[in-house]
Amino acid sequence: MSQARLMQGNEACAEGAMAAGVNFFGGYPITPSTEIAEIMAKELPALGGTFIQMEDEIAGIAVVLGAALGGRKALTATSGPGFSLKQELIGYGCIAEIPLVIANVQRMGPATGQPTSPAQGDVMQARWGTHGDHPMIALSPWTVREAFDVAVMAVNYAERFRTPVIILLDEVVGHMREKVVLPKAEDIEIYPRRKPNCTKEEGYKPYTPMADLVPNPADFGTGHRIHVTGLVHDETGFPTGSSKITENTIKRLHEKISRVQDEITHYDEFFMEDAEYAVLAYGGTARTAYAAVKIARQQGIKVGMVRLMTIWPFADKVVKEVAQKVKKILVPEMNYGQLVLEVERAAAGQATVISLPKYNTEIFTPKEICTAIEELTAEVVK
Amino acid sequence: MRSYEKYFRMNRLPHIWCPGCGNGIVMKSIAKAAEQLGLDQDNTVIVSGIGCSSRASGYMNFDTLHTAHGRAIPFATGIKLANPKLKVIVITGDGDCTAIGGNHFIHGARRNIDLTVILFNNNIYGMTGGQASPLTPTGKKATTAPFGSVDTAFDPCELAKAAGASYIARGTAFHAKPLVELIAQGISNNGFSLVEAITQCPISYGRRNKMGDAAGMLKWMSENAVPLAAYEKLAEDQKDEKFPIGILYQKTAPEYSAEYAKVIKLAQEGK
Ligand SMILES: Cc1ncc(C[n+]2csc(CCOP(=O)(O)OP(=O)(O)O)c2C)c(N)n1
Ligand code: SF4
Repeated sequence: MSQARLMQGNEACAEGAMAAGVNFFGGYPITPSTEIAEIMAKELPALGGTFIQMEDEIAGIAVVLGAALGGRKALTATSGPGFSLKQELIGYGCIAEIPLVIANVQRMGPATGQPTSPAQGDVMQARWGTHGDHPMIALSPWTVREAFDVAVMAVNYAERFRTPVIILLDEVVGHMREKVVLPKAEDIEIYPRRKPNCTKEEGYKPYTPMADLVPNPADFGTGHRIHVTGLVHDETGFPTGSSKITENTIKRLHEKISRVQDEITHYDEFFMEDAEYAVLAYGGTARTAYAAVKIARQQGIKVGMVRLMTIWPFADKVVKEVAQKVKKILVPEMNYGQLVLEVERAAAGQATVISLPKYNTEIFTPKEICTAIEELTAEVVK
Repeated sequence: MRSYEKYFRMNRLPHIWCPGCGNGIVMKSIAKAAEQLGLDQDNTVIVSGIGCSSRASGYMNFDTLHTAHGRAIPFATGIKLANPKLKVIVITGDGDCTAIGGNHFIHGARRNIDLTVILFNNNIYGMTGGQASPLTPTGKKATTAPFGSVDTAFDPCELAKAAGASYIARGTAFHAKPLVELIAQGISNNGFSLVEAITQCPISYGRRNKMGDAAGMLKWMSENAVPLAAYEKLAEDQKDEKFPIGILYQKTAPEYSAEYAKVIKLAQEGK
C-alpha cells in the first residue's frame, strides 16, 4: 500500500471509505460519481462486503440506511440530481441517528444541467437540502490523496456522531489523476461502531445520549429489540408528541456537532503571516487559487490563502480571525456565489468580502484569480 | 397472557387505530404466524413504511423500523443484505407500497430477495384522511376522487408475479385464521413473498362508499372473497366485485442474498 500510485479522486474516495471499514455500498449510477460505485462493485465482495445497485437514488440511500442499522459501515455516492432525491432520507438518518456517508461529486445544474462539467453548486444543498432542522457535516477534498483522507474521516465522523456525513467532491478532484502514496492500513485510525452501554435487563434505552450527546442504538439482530423511527422519539426510541422532548431532541442533534465544531473544522493557511488580502477557496477551485496566490506573491502583493476542507459546520472562527487581519477576502467558487454568503456572515463586516463566481462549465484559470487579486489591491480602501 | 402476546410490546398498547379498523386483525395474524413458526424475536426485524398500518411495527416485539413513506422495502433490503441470517418482514399500506413505493415494490420482487411483505390493503389512504390510492377501485369515492375514482386500480398480486416474486397470497381480515396460515407460509418461503391482506377502514373508506361500519365491511369480504380454485370456475359475469384469496402463486427461484453470497465466495477465491 505504501507505494506511489497514479489514481483518480473518485478512486481514492472509494479506497479511503473501504480503508475506514465501509463494507456496504448501495447506489444508482450518475456521472461524475459512477467510478465510486464501479470500484465498490469490484472490490467489496473480496472483502466480504456487499454492493447493490438499486432502482433509484432514494432506494440507494434507503438500502444503505438499512444496512447501517444491520451493523454495516455504509456508503452511497451520487451527483446533484441524485443528491436532491436522497434528501428526505438524509434527514431520516439525522433524526434516527444512523451513521452513513454520502459522496456527492458535484456537477453543473440545476436539473440535468451540464452533466460532465465541474461545479460547486451543491454547497448550500449539502447544508440545507433536507426539510427541518439538523446540523450537517460536509468535507471537501482538494487533492486526490486528500479524497482518501476525507473518506476515512467521513466514515469515522459518521460512526462517532451517528449522523450522515457528506463528502462534497467536485468533478475536478473526482476525475483528476495524481500520484499518491496512501497511508499503511495500520496507520489509519478507525472509529468503531458504537455499542449499547448496558444490557436490556439493566434498562437499556437506545436513544439515551452519552456524555458526548450521542446515543448508542444497538445494531439489529443483537437481541436488544429496539425501535427506530423518523418521528421525534424519546430515549426509548418510541415516538412522542411532547413539545419539550421535541425541543430537546432538535437541540441535542445540533449541539452534538456544534460542541465539536472547532475540532472538526479542517483547513490550511498559506502565506497568511503578513497578508493584507486573503483568498478563501475549497475543492478543485482551491488548486487554482493556490497557484494564483503564489503568482501574486511573486508580484509583491501581500495576499494569503485559506483553504477549507470542512465546509459544514462552517469555519466561523477561522474566517472571523482572518477577517480581523486582512482588508479583503476574495471567494472564488464554481457557482453563482454560495459559500461566500457564509464568509460574509462570519466576517461580520471586519473585512470586505468579494465573490468571484464562475458557472460556465469551465474551471478557473490562475490568471482569472490573479486579475481578481490585483483588483483587490487597486481599489481604494475606505 | 395469551401465547402470541409475547410478540407484542404490551406496554405500547392500546394501539392508535380507530374503533373497527382492520389493522389490528392483520397485526394479530402476523403475531400468530410468528408463534406458529416459533420465530426468534432476536433475529427477526419488522420494517414498515408510513401510514396507519405501518404504525404496527412499533407494537411488535422484535427489532423494528418505521421508515419513510414508501421506502420500507429498500430499507429492509439493506437489513437483509447486511445480515442475511435475519428474517425480515415488511408492513406496508396500499399507498405506501404501490404509489410512492411502487418502484421499490417491483424491484424487490424482481430481486426475489427474502422479504415477506404484508400489504395492508384498505383501498385508501387512511392516515392522511381518505385520499385515493392506486388500489382504490375505479368508481369508488375518496376525498381526492369525490365523483368516483377515474383511475384503474392495480392488482398488486399480478404486479408482484410479473415482477418476479416467488410467493403471492391474498387474505382478508374476515378470514383471519387462513390469513395466519398464508402469512406463515410467506415467511417460510425463501424469497420475495407478498401477502395482500384486505382490511377495512370504516372511517375513511367504508363510510364514504356506503359499505356500512366495520361489520358491514367484513360482511362484504365474506361475500366477495372466493378461494382461488372456486374463483377460477366462476363465469366472467359472476365475478363482479369478487376476488380470489389463498395462495395465488408460488415458484422456486434463486434468492438474492444467497446469490450474492456466491459472488462473495467467487471474489474471495479469485484472490
Ligand atoms: C414523502 C411523503 N409524502 C406524503 C406523505 C403523507 N402520507 C403519510 S401516510 C400517507 C398515505 C398512507 O396510505 P396507505 O399507505 O394506504 O396507508 P394507510 O394509512 O391506509 O394504512 C401519505 C400520503 C408522507 N409522510 N411522506
Ligand atoms: S383511518 Fe382507517 S386505516 Fe386508519 S386507523 Fe382509522 S380505520 Fe384504520
